[in-house]
Amino acid sequence: MSDSPHSAQTTTPGEGAVRRFLRATEIDPRLLGMVGALLLIWLGFHLYGVWVLGEGSFLTPRNLWNLSVQTASIGIMATGMVLVIITRNIDLSVGSIVGVVGMYTGLLQVEWLPPMMGLGNPMIWVIAVVFGITLGALIGLFHGLLIAYLAIPSFIVTLGGLMMWRGMAFLASSGRTISPVDTTFALLGGGPYGAIGATGSWILCAIACAGIAWAMMRGRAARKLHGFALRPIWAEYVVGGISASVVVIATLVVNAYPWPKGILKDYYAKLGQDVPEGAFIAHGFAYPVIIMVAVVLMMTVLMTRTRFGRYVFAIGGNPEAAALSGINTRAMTVKIFALMGALAGIAAIIASARLNSATNALGDLDELMVIAAAVVGGTSLAGGVGTIYGAIIGALVLVSLQTGMVLIGFGDGSYRKIVIGVALVLAVYLDIVYRKRIK
Amino acid sequence: MVDRTGTPLVELRDISIAFGGIKAVDHVTVDLYPGEVVGLLGHNGAGKSTLIKCLSGAYRKDSGQILINGQEVEIRDPRDARAQNIETIYQTLALADNLDAASNLFLGRELVNSFGFVDESKMEAETRKIMGRLNPNFRKFNVPVSALSGGQRQSVAIARAVYFNAKILIMDEPTAALGPHETQMVAELIQELKKQGLGIFLIEHDIHAVMDLCDRAVVMKNGQRVGTVDVKDVTDDDILGMIILGKKPPQAY
Repeated sequence: MSDSPHSAQTTTPGEGAVRRFLRATEIDPRLLGMVGALLLIWLGFHLYGVWVLGEGSFLTPRNLWNLSVQTASIGIMATGMVLVIITRNIDLSVGSIVGVVGMYTGLLQVEWLPPMMGLGNPMIWVIAVVFGITLGALIGLFHGLLIAYLAIPSFIVTLGGLMMWRGMAFLASSGRTISPVDTTFALLGGGPYGAIGATGSWILCAIACAGIAWAMMRGRAARKLHGFALRPIWAEYVVGGISASVVVIATLVVNAYPWPKGILKDYYAKLGQDVPEGAFIAHGFAYPVIIMVAVVLMMTVLMTRTRFGRYVFAIGGNPEAAALSGINTRAMTVKIFALMGALAGIAAIIASARLNSATNALGDLDELMVIAAAVVGGTSLAGGVGTIYGAIIGALVLVSLQTGMVLIGFGDGSYRKIVIGVALVLAVYLDIVYRKRIK
Repeated sequence: MVDRTGTPLVELRDISIAFGGIKAVDHVTVDLYPGEVVGLLGHNGAGKSTLIKCLSGAYRKDSGQILINGQEVEIRDPRDARAQNIETIYQTLALADNLDAASNLFLGRELVNSFGFVDESKMEAETRKIMGRLNPNFRKFNVPVSALSGGQRQSVAIARAVYFNAKILIMDEPTAALGPHETQMVAELIQELKKQGLGIFLIEHDIHAVMDLCDRAVVMKNGQRVGTVDVKDVTDDDILGMIILGKKPPQAY
């Protein structure tokens, strides 16, 4: 079989260079648009700092590292919200699930387990994590059962859940803040010790680049096997090169953010040494970010490579057709909500670990950020359309707006809300315009 | 000529189904032999589609028996029907508009590789093969089916029914949305499938199409069977009389 490139590419002269490039590389133009918007936001905040405040503080290793950590819990939940919205449902309860799961995992590791197992027992954090994810999944499962088998609209079930679980979170501890959490558990929230360091980051970077190369070669081999049109070889290199560059740049950034002086002193004091001259210990990728990347990879495989993902899209496109094709749409709904709950459980673990405490306000209003992230990332509320990577970029956009406003001195909550509100509506409008033009 | 001496491929015996007190299908008995096309006729609301949905698994009958090759079977959902090699082309086509042709063709029966992952390339290759046979002009393999014309969508729905080696095919107004050329293609396909020994239930409003394509016609009215006729024994007017007046000609049984 010959390596024939796209025939269309050679037969349509007169189309613009950009369009030709997109066609050859098969990059989704909307992905490009979202990434462009994100970079513009970043640059805008940075330049505003440079010009108006005399110091650009957005595009610094420190801020970008913090941004990545802050995005983790919203981003993880947004990947699940994509499935919920694709199947024409909504989940308003995720913020409250974060609250109740965070509270019970907090109580478990601070008040219940230590008397039994001894404070600092190395199994405590493992039990807390398993418990948190399971509790989240069970709550989601319960919502799913009500939606699928009692035919109560998801809006209502999860609106009820929004209020109920928040109330439960308060009652669980009578409104107390549970703190501090297990020391190992706290690492899952990031912080200087909650990151893998420079060497670990480079190892991860190498694995990721190898993975990209492997995935691209496998994709090409599969197309060749069935005699489909291949991407021109230069396009393969461009796509692979861009993907690898993003990984390398991210690694360089997180490795350029050093531990602060206090942590250095603490670290060397434990070793019984003085802080050496010019000591530089990089953070590297934070654990919550690594967890998010792992979740994104798994969810992407789930959505694009498994029957489950196929059925999610089919149900969103035509629920009746999906049922007539023998898909058990009710069981699917239950599974999707259980998955959403489990992801909210993971988010709760990260959020409470990051705060080093469980409060009953944990995750408050997260549901709106999560839904907004999915929608900004191109998930259609009409159902049937959405991507995991879109949701992550959407989460990055929203968290960037949030932290950016703080950095340039508009930290007051009202400004942030206005900007994020405008961004949400604008993003959806641009998406509608784009879709119309495609047709 | 169809040999109707052996065991019928399908027997629907005394089927009834009601929706909130309205008897949509009222003690109807129909059979179908291998290599035969049986037309189902009647006004809108006569109960044709409802009857056939009891066979395709979309509805569950209230009473009656379904026999395949003389064996009684229980059809509770579309999966049960598929397990009996019953395939259905619905009037609405039942396509997921946001998915491409291959995804629709294999919906619910995706090909997976040894890791359990959906084998997209293989499904597309298979789709290309079958579409090459059914509709050689079909080129739009990588776009959602919402971007296809009515005829192209129809051929995806037909391909889905034919690909999985159906023994019993149900076609609910397969040509309602088609132009003359595509209608002709469907007619040729029905003849070919007949030769292969499939049994086909054809729901159709167009009497001429029924006279051309079917061996027997079953006429329904108000949920009940008016009568069954051998198409070659009757005229258009006889059938029209059955549909409109519920009048049973002497040839009918």
